[in-house]
Amino acid sequence: MNKLILGRYLPGDSIIYRLDPRGKFLITFYFIGIVFLANNVASYGFLLLFVLFSVYISKINLGFFIKGLRPMLWLILFTVLLQLFFTPSNDPIWHWGILTLSTDGMRIAAYIFIRFVLIIFISTLLTLTTTPIEISDSIESILKPLKVIKFPVTQVALMLSIALRFVPLLIDETTKIMDAQRARGVDFGEGGVMQRIKSFVPILIPLFVSSFSIAYDLAIAMESRGYKDGEGRSKYRVLSWARRDNVALGVMILITIILLFIRSY
Amino acid sequence: MEIIFKNVTHSYEANSPLEGIGLNDVSLAIHDKKFTAIVGKTGSGKSTLVRHINALIKPTSGTIKVGDREITPETNNKNLKSLRKNVGMVFQFPESQLFEDTVEKDIMFGPMNFGMSESDAKESAKKMIKLVGLGEEYLDKSPFDLSGGQMRRVAIAGVLASNPETIILDEPTAGLDPVGRKEIMDLFKNLQKQGRTIILITHNMDDVANYAEEMVVIHDAKVMAVGKPKDIFNDKELLTNDILTLPRSAVFAQKLSKRDFSFPQLPITISELTAEIKQQVHGD
Ligand SMILES: Nc1ncnc2c1ncn2[C@@H]1O[C@H](COP(=O)(O)OP(=O)(O)OP(=O)(O)O)[C@@H](O)[C@H]1O
Ligand SMILES: [Mg+2]
Repeated sequence: MNKLILGRYLPGDSIIYRLDPRGKFLITFYFIGIVFLANNVASYGFLLLFVLFSVYISKINLGFFIKGLRPMLWLILFTVLLQLFFTPSNDPIWHWGILTLSTDGMRIAAYIFIRFVLIIFISTLLTLTTTPIEISDSIESILKPLKVIKFPVTQVALMLSIALRFVPLLIDETTKIMDAQRARGVDFGEGGVMQRIKSFVPILIPLFVSSFSIAYDLAIAMESRGYKDGEGRSKYRVLSWARRDNVALGVMILITIILLFIRSY
Repeated sequence: MEIIFKNVTHSYEANSPLEGIGLNDVSLAIHDKKFTAIVGKTGSGKSTLVRHINALIKPTSGTIKVGDREITPETNNKNLKSLRKNVGMVFQFPESQLFEDTVEKDIMFGPMNFGMSESDAKESAKKMIKLVGLGEEYLDKSPFDLSGGQMRRVAIAGVLASNPETIILDEPTAGLDPVGRKEIMDLFKNLQKQGRTIILITHNMDDVANYAEEMVVIHDAKVMAVGKPKDIFNDKELLTNDILTLPRSAVFAQKLSKRDFSFPQLPITISELTAEIKQQVHGD
């Protein structure tokens, strides 16, 4: 249950941890965008070097990033194989029915693979070094302009941070309930499909019941501490933009220019 | 069944920076048909210890022997049913395991998973609901309409209904009223007298003194002491290092010994205390 690396924060300290979460958030999405600009060995290599360098300065073990690939493994494999065997070519190395293997296909498959690695690594880097609460704070901050059109930014941000707070809570709760039902003789992941689906009922019902009661308690706790609508509230966690964040943005611009150059090269 | 821990270490999230030690090289024997209490501070590793006994978690290294079953780091997740049938476990907050639409069905859930026939399970549910001090009329109610304490009783009935030889109780009386907790503790004592092994995790030293024959003190993921409650509550070292607190009777005796009383060994139950006082007042 705790094996899911993507989306989990890892306590630590390095320059990447200290960057402003808003900057990190924007940079991550920006980077995912420019990954699609890469079109040759040199440009993919360049981006890969950049990501590996970022991983290096984050001082987080590369193993965590590789584990982050695992939940996506089947999707990656499927996509890569699709490209490998279904890329049309005039000059196939091997041909069987509708399957063709060509140098073109191999190249494209390799690119796709690297693209997955880049995107997963960079988003894993964001979530490993940024607490969920920082992410929801930055979303709130980034969405602020939408207040003009009466979009309830603070409420949405609050909902988001509560939802994020509930994730570990629900994971814990699920483990606890599963253990209790195991002790009463339930075998998860045994028997046929129907049997397996049925074995989830004893988890889902207590889970629903307890999440409602947690939510209810939380609402009461918030109200009794005087929570009102978000307008005009000051912030406990203040985000501060520092020079290193400007540097980080500068690096992204530099990367883009270099990439555009390598691309047309 | 005799339960033997041999050099058991368990680390949560092994091989990651978040690694935390749950148990550190624990060797321990829990004797057959005895009432054993496990005490220790919050986070000391009590729950981690007992979860090994029915293989809900497996050791990172070391082995646990439960009767003739051996649990090792390599133990497969399959075929654990017979083990879990013999080792019933009441969790810290058992009410969160209720899910059926009637109390009766919920109590029958465990036994039927372990292969009991429906009619036998029904019979067992009827017996158990009375055993935990609720009337038969509760069988048709929804478990979600009950109070917290009643839910807890139903959950306990659900575990007892499979008729396990060894019963593990993780703070089963937390949150019950004083009368209710005595009823439940007496129930466990009776089950032991009928030949079952009882393992009780508790923060209530009076319960330890009143009910347990053996006592295990866990501190910082290690076993600090094993023995009879009377001996352990008289162990100066454990008390001065703030690893253990005393039952009320012993605290009272300590205060008395600052006056004109003297206790070579601290009494740990009310009856021991009163006997001592009587003897010292009227005696010699
Ligand atoms: N699922 C888990 N993941 C990581 N660490 C855990 C997990 N469960 C327990 N621990 C850690 O293992 C240690 C022992 O926990 P355990 O639950 O066994 O304590 P306990 O003695 O039962 O405490 P309590 O009296 O509060 O129930 C604690 O330090 C805890 O932080
Ligand atoms: Mg515990």
